[in-house]
Amino acid sequence: MGVIQQILQQTLNGLALGGIYALLALGYTMVYGIVKLINFAHGDILMLGAFAGYFVLNYFGVTPGTLVLSFIISMPVCAIIGILIEKICYKPLRDSPRINALITAIGVSLFLENGARVLPVIGPNPRVFPTLPSVTHNLFGLGISRVQILVFIITIGLMIILNYIVNYTKIGRAMRAVSFDQGASSLMGINVDRVISFTFALGSALAAAAGILFASSYPQVEPYMGIMPGLKAFIAAVMGGIGSIPGAMLGGFILGVAETLTKGFISSQLADAFAFGFLIIILVVKPTGILGKPVGEKV
Amino acid sequence: MLKVKNLNVYYGNIHALHNISFEVNEGEIVTLIGANGAGKTTTLHSISRLIPIESGEVEFLGHTLQTLWPHNIVELGLIQVPEGRRIFSNLTVKENLEMGAFIRKDREQIKKDYEMIFTRFPRLKERLRQMAGTLSGGEQQMLAIARALMSKPKLLLLDEPSMGLAPLLVKEIFSIIQEINKAGTTVLLVEQNAHLALSVADRAYVLETGRIVTQGSAKALASSEDVRKAYLGG
Repeated sequence: MGVIQQILQQTLNGLALGGIYALLALGYTMVYGIVKLINFAHGDILMLGAFAGYFVLNYFGVTPGTLVLSFIISMPVCAIIGILIEKICYKPLRDSPRINALITAIGVSLFLENGARVLPVIGPNPRVFPTLPSVTHNLFGLGISRVQILVFIITIGLMIILNYIVNYTKIGRAMRAVSFDQGASSLMGINVDRVISFTFALGSALAAAAGILFASSYPQVEPYMGIMPGLKAFIAAVMGGIGSIPGAMLGGFILGVAETLTKGFISSQLADAFAFGFLIIILVVKPTGILGKPVGEKV
Repeated sequence: MLKVKNLNVYYGNIHALHNISFEVNEGEIVTLIGANGAGKTTTLHSISRLIPIESGEVEFLGHTLQTLWPHNIVELGLIQVPEGRRIFSNLTVKENLEMGAFIRKDREQIKKDYEMIFTRFPRLKERLRQMAGTLSGGEQQMLAIARALMSKPKLLLLDEPSMGLAPLLVKEIFSIIQEINKAGTTVLLVEQNAHLALSVADRAYVLETGRIVTQGSAKALASSEDVRKAYLGG
């Protein structure tokens, strides 16, 4: 295998990984856009989504049909969990200093991880995530696995749906209005609480999908599995420009490719160091992230 | 139509409004005038429920507003054009108007109302697909008023519509306000520019450090010696 081909192969692998980061990063960026909170519990929603998928696939057995079913069940379940987390944990703190909500988010994250550990149906031990038999197809001389194809279809499909919701529906316009000016939005008759709930639901559903894709790619589920992808997605969101939806998508893909290229050509131990180093460089060059807009003055 | 009774509002320890009482009757233009910091915006914000009130009552068309959420108040037919316009700069002009009609479901009527808005504000029609943040100050004020009108309000609260605008534009905005009123919308207007406000209003209340000190017909106040001295520059 020539070097060029290796680079292309690693890029392809990186895009598949990056798609998962991007799905997760979207949740960070949307929630930040609306309530200016870094929801550090977001990575743990990925874990819950993966477990929901695990239970579905374990119960019904793995077929393409049940795989679809696992998304259909896991996404709404996590959407509801996301709404509950916001209502119970963040909403009472909406008018308090932002650092309080941030600390609460870390608390929620620890609660979900350790709650999952003590829950008898989940427990501390890693379990094997049921997957379809691995098949690798040939794409212009590059290997592309069935899971990777699934990742591309699901991530791109969900991004198109999300783009439609945010730009062309009433609730999407309301999301953008609320993210710009909550007070003016409620003066227009927009129920701000409902828009915030919807945003958490949307982000959490995307995280659930990311969870199933992540667990299908690295077939193991355990209570702490959300931490690293959560952090990486956070980096991706900041790198792309926190609050920017296209930024989160771009950041996710860039981070995924950077990670696999580092793993493939430099050192797999250094991959995470490179990811964080990359973030620092981008923030030095462009503090608002790649697609982030400088905070304009409101007249 | 709108009755405010013994309204008291605090910001922390600061007593911002002292026992404010006033009324707006259907079809009127009523203005609250007063210097900076007199409590005009605070009064409007407490009517729209953006800030909590300590005591007193706000009643609109028989509904007690203090038990409602801000978005419920819009559903009742009371909408505010806030100070500084606060249009959604990150949305297009069209989308801003759609946000004004957020609570409405009567699609056919909404379509007709767009036409009504475009005849009143032809410049907005030209800029429909433009980001609202790129509009000039006057256009932004028109958009803010147009956005509020899209909710089909019975009572329109206007907070400092003249702020930061050139005199010619101010004149235009004020004649639009009069037209809107003639078309059947009651108006509660808050202004620092007392002279201008009194020239369009039917009745006026003068606020001073959180208290209503004078009230009466706009004509009488405009010619009253005290008001002239304090607010109209002699």
